[in-house]
Amino acid sequence: MSILAYNGAAIMAMKGKNCVAIAADRRFGIQAQTVSMDFDKIFEMGPNLYIGLPGLATDVQTVQNRLKFRLNLYELRENRRIKPKTFMSMVSNLLYERRFGPYFVEPVIAGLDPKTGEPYIASMDLIGCPMETNDFVVSGTCSEQMYGMCESLWEPDLEPDDLFETISQALMNAFDRDAVSGWGAVVYIIEKDKVTKKMLKTRQD
Amino acid sequence: MAAPCVEPSKGGFSFENCTRNARLEQMGLKFPKAYKTGTTIAGIIYKDGVVLGADTRATEDTVVADKNCAKIHYISDNIYCCGAGTAADTEMTTLMISAQLELHRLATGRAPRVCTANRLLKQMLFRYQGYIGAALVLGGVDATGPNLYSIWPHGSTDKLPYVTMGSGSLAAMATFEDRFKPNMSKEEAMKLVRDAIAAGIFNDLGSGSNVDLCVITKDKVEYIRPHEVANAKGVKQGRYLYKRGTTAVLSSETKKVEFDVIGTEVKTSAQPMDTQ
Repeated sequence: MSILAYNGAAIMAMKGKNCVAIAADRRFGIQAQTVSMDFDKIFEMGPNLYIGLPGLATDVQTVQNRLKFRLNLYELRENRRIKPKTFMSMVSNLLYERRFGPYFVEPVIAGLDPKTGEPYIASMDLIGCPMETNDFVVSGTCSEQMYGMCESLWEPDLEPDDLFETISQALMNAFDRDAVSGWGAVVYIIEKDKVTKKMLKTRQD
Repeated sequence: MAAPCVEPSKGGFSFENCTRNARLEQMGLKFPKAYKTGTTIAGIIYKDGVVLGADTRATEDTVVADKNCAKIHYISDNIYCCGAGTAADTEMTTLMISAQLELHRLATGRAPRVCTANRLLKQMLFRYQGYIGAALVLGGVDATGPNLYSIWPHGSTDKLPYVTMGSGSLAAMATFEDRFKPNMSKEEAMKLVRDAIAAGIFNDLGSGSNVDLCVITKDKVEYIRPHEVANAKGVKQGRYLYKRGTTAVLSSETKKVEFDVIGTEVKTSAQPMDTQ
């Protein structure tokens, strides 16, 4: 079993028309045993900026804490909200510092630029190699299933309500084909003036 | 978190997770693979300068992680570097050397030379004994003319008129060996590099997608991304949109985003009020 599959996770983010959506499953398990169905893997880093952290659960929480610490210092020094692209660099640096003893997380970042409102999504491998795309990013134990679902369902310029349906169905159908992820899902739809958080009803097996 | 909460960010690598990771591996858990740029990268010296070329695929084992990644990295205004191997290593190494070279430029007051970038890269890669998996093609035009180097992960370098690196290097080198001549024109050189990268894209499984080119001369740099979209994505035959309301939702919360008020303007009417 891979270290990244020890706890299991499924996270994806998609770009829409002036909005982005990020979604994750809610399972926390230790190999085959499910321990909790309300484990947070998506964290708020700014009013319009969210990061999803799939991978080893202990590293998910450590990276989130360390990142929040660095982000707070940045915002105190700069006296403004961080841009998503800069935040991506910050995460990349944090992970690459531990190039030879890495954190086992493969983050997914989704947000809107604080000034222009332009949507931004990016993902990274466990040592911080960034990948910015214009359609969708996926990360987790069922990444191959998620790639398949996203390639089929995603189309450009979806309105927030349609983007919600697309990302929810893509995520749920992907993690239903993976034994170690699932047990609930949460979707954040991030628009310029509001962020909507929805909990989905999914199979509990 | 126990011990010092404040992280001393001294820069450089941190080895704090190494013992824990070794124990995890002992438990029988497999170490995950990082993104590799399977890659075909190539460079050529022609009459007026250097042409660098690269494909745009990044793989995670056998899955294509990034269909359009940029493998030609900026080192300085007159020097660019293509990277093959572990994607994070090529990205970070080129960023670090670019920063070091800029400081060097400010300290010496001279335009940077390609041999300097080469020396900085090879000294760093040798220090890490090949553990930083970055195989690079470094090219640029400086005061001494056009220069092209290939740099291997263990720190050895070769200064040559044409070089290729990556998993598709054999396909690209076959093209070069067939058609390279010294002092080619710009069009011939661009066509040759494009053909070499295309050979890699179509014959090597680790390379794919588009061809990026970078033409560097004494006066300017043309960063052409993409030079050719060799593999266009097919058009979807159907729309698979779900009707709104299909997904079952257990609960929904909306949080309004507060806008930062940066200025307030109050306009009063032009005429003063009459008090009578």
